[in-house]
Amino acid sequence: MMRDHATRRQFLGLAGGAAVLGAVPAVTLRPAEATPATLAAAIRNVVGGAVVRTGKVKLDVPPLVENGNTVPMTVSVASPMTADDHVKSIHVFNEKNPQPNIGNFHLGPRSGRAQVSTRIRLADTQKIVAIAQLSDGSFWSASVDVVVTLAACTDEVL
Amino acid sequence: MASALINVPRRAKRGEIVEIKTLMSHIMETGYRRTAAGEVIPRNIVTSFACRYNGVEIFRADLFPAIAANPFITFFTVATESGKFDFEWIGDEGFSETASASITVE
Repeated sequence: MMRDHATRRQFLGLAGGAAVLGAVPAVTLRPAEATPATLAAAIRNVVGGAVVRTGKVKLDVPPLVENGNTVPMTVSVASPMTADDHVKSIHVFNEKNPQPNIGNFHLGPRSGRAQVSTRIRLADTQKIVAIAQLSDGSFWSASVDVVVTLAACTDEVL
Repeated sequence: MASALINVPRRAKRGEIVEIKTLMSHIMETGYRRTAAGEVIPRNIVTSFACRYNGVEIFRADLFPAIAANPFITFFTVATESGKFDFEWIGDEGFSETASASITVE
């Protein structure tokens, strides 16, 4: 019994290996996912070497999402939005979509309120990060973990 | 024919913060999906959105494939004077749409 099991496993392993070998020349079906490393790189592209502190930013996304194709998201930043002290931009990133960027939003003192809403796609259960750049050059962030039960169709075949 | 939906208050008090809601009808094809034949469907998204208030840009957004189809964007502005909001969406495959809305500030 045990022996049978082992051979079956070996056989499956071999078959799997052969399938992988056979599949090498073909294009991989699933596109490369953004990884925490690409997320970090995308954030570095925006902030440069500056320190990103946690706080001031509020990221509203439902913690449990049934349909990743359209997920409501609101980012707001605690700021008086005056000429001297306002939010210049809000950048939203994700961890596991094919690309780390979601959107960049450019505001100014005329915005009055530092708040932006949109609808986003999430390919997987993952972390979302929002970073705000203030007029004094400082960066503030917030992050939220979202569980997605039906992923956005990044690799759906039509 | 793509079309836009804009929601801006018709009138506002001077200095009041008003909410602007915009919706552009667009497929936002990510470029990561494939046909049954295995060919990648080319990316076709709106890449940029901007709003001008009497000619001055007050809001701009760079969009990526992670924005859901029919991009819906809401933001705020201070009602400073009566006039016009001009909205512009620019995207792949030469996509370019504009819309406008007027506001009366008392």
